[in-house]
Amino acid sequence: MSEAGGDAPSAAGTGPETADSAVERAAKHTPEAIPLRVTGLEKHFGGIAAVDGVSFEVEAGTLTGLIGPNGAGKSTTFDLITGVQTPDAGTVHFRGQDVTGLRPYQIADRGLVRTFQIARELSEMTVLENVMLAPKHQVGESLWRSVTPGAREEVVAQERELRERAWETLDFFALDHLAEEYAGNLSGGQRKLLEMARVLMTDPDTVLLDEPLAGVNPTLGNQLVERIHELRAQGLTFLLVEHDIDVVMNHCDPIVVMHQGRVLAEGPPEAIRADERVVDAYLGETL
Amino acid sequence: MSVGTATRDAVAAVRARLAEDDALLLLAVALGIYALFVLVSVVLGLGLNGTANTLERITFLSAVYAMVVLALNLQWGYAGLFNIGVAGFMAVGVYTMAILTGSPTGSPPGLGLPLPVGLVGGMLVAALVGMLAALPALRLRADYLAIVTVALSEIIRLTLLSTTFATFTVAGVTLGTGGGQGIELPTNPVRALFYVDPGNPSSGATGFGSVVFDIFGRIYVPFMAGRGIQPAVVLNWAYAVVLVLFVAGFYWFLTRVGNSPFGRVLKAIREDELVANALGKDTNRFKVKTFAVGCALMGLAGILWQGSQGFVTPGSFVPLVTFFVFIALVVGGPGSNTGSVIGGAVFASLLFEGPNFVRRIVEQLANNGLRIGGLTVGGGGLGATPNNFVDAVAPLFSLHVAPLVAYSLENISSLRLVFLGVVLVYLLQRRPEGLLGHRKEVAAAVDLSRREDGGEAG
Repeated sequence: MSEAGGDAPSAAGTGPETADSAVERAAKHTPEAIPLRVTGLEKHFGGIAAVDGVSFEVEAGTLTGLIGPNGAGKSTTFDLITGVQTPDAGTVHFRGQDVTGLRPYQIADRGLVRTFQIARELSEMTVLENVMLAPKHQVGESLWRSVTPGAREEVVAQERELRERAWETLDFFALDHLAEEYAGNLSGGQRKLLEMARVLMTDPDTVLLDEPLAGVNPTLGNQLVERIHELRAQGLTFLLVEHDIDVVMNHCDPIVVMHQGRVLAEGPPEAIRADERVVDAYLGETL
Repeated sequence: MSVGTATRDAVAAVRARLAEDDALLLLAVALGIYALFVLVSVVLGLGLNGTANTLERITFLSAVYAMVVLALNLQWGYAGLFNIGVAGFMAVGVYTMAILTGSPTGSPPGLGLPLPVGLVGGMLVAALVGMLAALPALRLRADYLAIVTVALSEIIRLTLLSTTFATFTVAGVTLGTGGGQGIELPTNPVRALFYVDPGNPSSGATGFGSVVFDIFGRIYVPFMAGRGIQPAVVLNWAYAVVLVLFVAGFYWFLTRVGNSPFGRVLKAIREDELVANALGKDTNRFKVKTFAVGCALMGLAGILWQGSQGFVTPGSFVPLVTFFVFIALVVGGPGSNTGSVIGGAVFASLLFEGPNFVRRIVEQLANNGLRIGGLTVGGGGLGATPNNFVDAVAPLFSLHVAPLVAYSLENISSLRLVFLGVVLVYLLQRRPEGLLGHRKEVAAAVDLSRREDGGEAG
């Protein structure tokens, strides 16, 4: 993949200085500490630059927020990171490896998975089937193992284990009472939860959440955010796109602000709240 | 009242039982169809041998359709791969088998290999051609696969028809498709069970054959004219039974494929391929595999379909065959293996063969009348059959319906297509989920519903 955009200047990092010493900074910048690093990403649609030289890093164990007004290029950035679309320029590094331009399944296979802005439930499959689909490298995904009498025992054994995990995950997201329902019959909020459940079943390292709270009622939304914090405590890293500014300000650290395809600001919530450019971008909305 | 409630309860209980138990459901459908055709045979006065012959034809066609529909269900019902080249893949299977097993001195000459080699070869080449069709289409939208496959199917048929390939020489070996003349097929091995020389019944029956022929020759059924079933019908029945066993094999195989993580990925591809991909599944690999396996099964089904005959022509593989298979799958319910078998049987017996029997019954009643007690109603025939549609419709204005009825009956095989089209439109509008309704054939190797009790499933 082209490295053309690799040295594009980043508009980020101009926020207030953090107190970290140089040594601490260096330690944090090992590939393990920075699971996801995006450098100079660009994507043009016709004459419009949807993403125009975006660079940022997501550090291990953080719940990093990605905000910006409508059309700022957040979802396109997600698509570029996860291989749904191929960037025109720039690179995506995941855990030290260049994953730019890989197919979505190859990126997911490495532990970087995403949810979608509009929930993409598999509607003619049950909730359980949806969740059971997700675990990676299932023995029974091999055609001959599924059919051959001896080898099928192994498949059945793994299915039993996965069933346990599937039910635990559904309990975790309070979807257990809907387990045998078709996913298409779920409400918008429940579909969002199902997407989260499905993504977690892949044993991810880093999860990109595209507006996970849209359409979810506030009570459920709070529970969901709590769940995210629990998972973060277990070592997962999150990058969250969310329209609800309060949620982002209260729960995300650091926050990356995008505007017109570029990174406008990057830093802890207090700094973002105080940043005039961000306030301008949101047309004076109180942050 | 209470009797009515009791019957209703009993009916509900039977329905619930059938909904749960697929084997019972299949058996019930088979018995229902047989009962109907025994009744039809009695009305037509076919006698014992004729009835046996009718039931054999129904069984044979149902089994053939069940196999092809099962194969298509894997591709379209499970993975959503829109393959409308079914007839072409069947042709590839049949012709490969014929060329591999044909006698080197025959016309057209073949390679003279044993039959099992022909069977496996036919399936492999059908799978290979399927993969070739699928590979370029995978990068494009789903509709393109449909266009590619239907075009390929016609290219295959026209190639088989062309005189260029009727005989040709590759690396010093002369082979051929026989062009429009058709190609000879190996003698079906079931005959070898019954006759000393399978190709020639006058050579005499084998020990097994003479015992079986003797037993069936003595059968007598009360209320049915004639005694005994002729050897030719017994032989056809034997072949039909072999096909039913193959249907069972197809069903076993495809149920295991469906009820597994593999089947789960296929369903996910059908529902939303990007999701499957974003969850780490290499969807293209699954699609190519599925396409290859489905086409191999179509090739095998084609071989078994044509295998009872001495030879085959390209005319057997017109696109209409593909659409018949699709109608059968829609009738049964895409995505369900049990539904596929039922769809195949219902289509073949009621929709495909049914109209001919309707014609025969109406003609029978029109000519001989319906006897109720000592009274005969009707009779005397429908009169002369009009030569064209105008002659058939015009008498309607003078309230003469008979000419139109006679005309319709005369052209029932053409009308059948109209009828099938209407059935398809009705089903897609009113019952897109098929006869069986919305079925949850959950794609998993274990029962997912139980957990607290440990879940004994397998």
